[in-house]
Amino acid sequence: MPLSTTSNFLRPDDAFRAVVEAHRDLTEEQSADFDAALVLILANHIGDIDVLREAIALAKRRMIDGQQQQQQQQ
Amino acid sequence: MAPANTPHAKTAQAKTQFGYRRHPDQGRPSPAEHPVVIVGAGPVGLSLAIDLAQRGQRVVLLDDADRIGEGSRAICFSKRSLEYWDRLGVGDRMVEKGVVWSVGRIFHGESQLYQFNLLPEDGHKRPAFINLQQYYAEAYLVDRINELPEIDLRWRNKVTALEQRNDSAVLTIETPEGAYRLNAQYVIACDGARSSLRQMVGAEFAGQVFEDQFLIADVKMTAEFPTERWFWFDPPFHAGRSALLHRQPDDVWRIDLQLNRYADPVVEKRPENVRPRIARMLGHDKFEFEWISLYKFQCRRMERFIHGRVIFAGDSAHQVSPFGARGANSGLEDAENLSWKLDRVLRGKSPASLLESYHLERSMAADENIRESTRSTDFMAPNSHQEARLRKAVLSLAKETEFGKRMVNGGRLSVPCSYDSPLSSLDAETWRGGPSPGCSMLDAPVATRGGEQFYLTDAFRRGGTDFTLLSFSNGGPIDAPDSIKGIRIGAEGGFADPLGLVAKRYGAEQGAAYLLRPDGYVAARFRHPTRSAISAALARAEGLY
Repeated sequence: MPLSTTSNFLRPDDAFRAVVEAHRDLTEEQSADFDAALVLILANHIGDIDVLREAIALAKRRMIDGQQQQQQQQ
Repeated sequence: MAPANTPHAKTAQAKTQFGYRRHPDQGRPSPAEHPVVIVGAGPVGLSLAIDLAQRGQRVVLLDDADRIGEGSRAICFSKRSLEYWDRLGVGDRMVEKGVVWSVGRIFHGESQLYQFNLLPEDGHKRPAFINLQQYYAEAYLVDRINELPEIDLRWRNKVTALEQRNDSAVLTIETPEGAYRLNAQYVIACDGARSSLRQMVGAEFAGQVFEDQFLIADVKMTAEFPTERWFWFDPPFHAGRSALLHRQPDDVWRIDLQLNRYADPVVEKRPENVRPRIARMLGHDKFEFEWISLYKFQCRRMERFIHGRVIFAGDSAHQVSPFGARGANSGLEDAENLSWKLDRVLRGKSPASLLESYHLERSMAADENIRESTRSTDFMAPNSHQEARLRKAVLSLAKETEFGKRMVNGGRLSVPCSYDSPLSSLDAETWRGGPSPGCSMLDAPVATRGGEQFYLTDAFRRGGTDFTLLSFSNGGPIDAPDSIKGIRIGAEGGFADPLGLVAKRYGAEQGAAYLLRPDGYVAARFRHPTRSAISAALARAEGLY
């Protein structure tokens, strides 16, 4: 099964909000620790190395695109 | 790195000192010709020499020293290695002296994260691992060699030059009485991680060096710790780093302590500096040092294991960090993989191209071993802040989740590699379970009709360690080429399967058969064997097409 990029939540705002709120009142360091744990928990739940690799590739691509946009704006 | 201490004379009961003896080859006007010269009398070179000799080959084995190496060095020998040593006639001695273990525990701080059992099922002749100082293993192998007139073991013979010819290689060898030359059809370089033969063929040895340093100490003490492998992340006695405790024979304990990358090796290795660290770990200081060494681990391999007439095996071809017991064990797997192929090529029974499959299969195994031991070492010594963060997350999740425990990497211990090999014939039928072609044979109890109990690995060894058809009979014998040995299960004149474990582990119904290679790997399997299918699989495994 390929990585799903269609919207899967009935209420996507709730999902986004849940993650945002989990970071409330955390320091940068704590936030990073929290994210690391959350990523591993979700990765295990997916349990499919190909899907995980696709997700990693998508996340990486966004970073590269973002950097290029920044460079163009400068 | 040179060991700081030598092993205690009283623990090293085995003979470790050998004399140089002049050989008539040294006086010859032109180089004497030999089929095989092995360079390096470590566990790999010694085992390979025995294997070749048992197959009827004459072997010259050279070593530049006149004694067995000092310090325990390799201590964990795998089930697979013990099965190989059984075939070489030294398995019983190794297991008798060795410390048998199969349970490991992983701790984080004060608390245990989890424990594992590497051999949770019964019905295997050999345990998952034994711990045995390398000097004992080498001494027992040398004793075995002394029973084999085919092997000519020459101490203080140091190879100083190599000349490759079309169909042989000429070695220049330095001895206490000057230099002489030998002409070998094949030279097998088992001369370790700092191989001089590798330099002589001009090959690279590329890979990764880990920055963190590890202190390895063998201490002698009587202790209450069980015979298990204990691994700590961030232990109270060694904050922020990792530690390993492992038992060896003679009340010797192996301790590995991770140090930081800036630690000064000379200072850290001094017994007065090591002692307080170990005392903190053990909770007392009633111990003596056997051996202390400081390492930076490396994972690297040669691109090609064969250079003309020189074939590399063991640490000379590939080097790993020690977490996972993949050094000596993979070297022994090299030896068992190479031996039967070289024997066939020397006899003209297979083309020289069969040797290429040694490079293919064993470099595949080297990649797997390097991958596994690199992952373990990276987990123990994270390379960046974020890697450390992810490790911290795994360790904290391991306390309450099963998946977290499984991600904790305190060393993944050596199991035989599965070969994706041109020598294997793909399954033509559907199998449920059992070792697929390219996998190592599995052990299980068997019995003779007379009631003698032994194991499938014994039956394979007694049959002559050659191509063997393991068949699950449904009556008449299987029509197979005469050159193949046979092990029949369940038939008249064959072995009984008293616990049904042979059939179960091989996923075999009545009438099925496995073709095993001389190194005990599965070449092909058939649910409905025919002579033509068996012959084709045999020819493929012999490198005949």
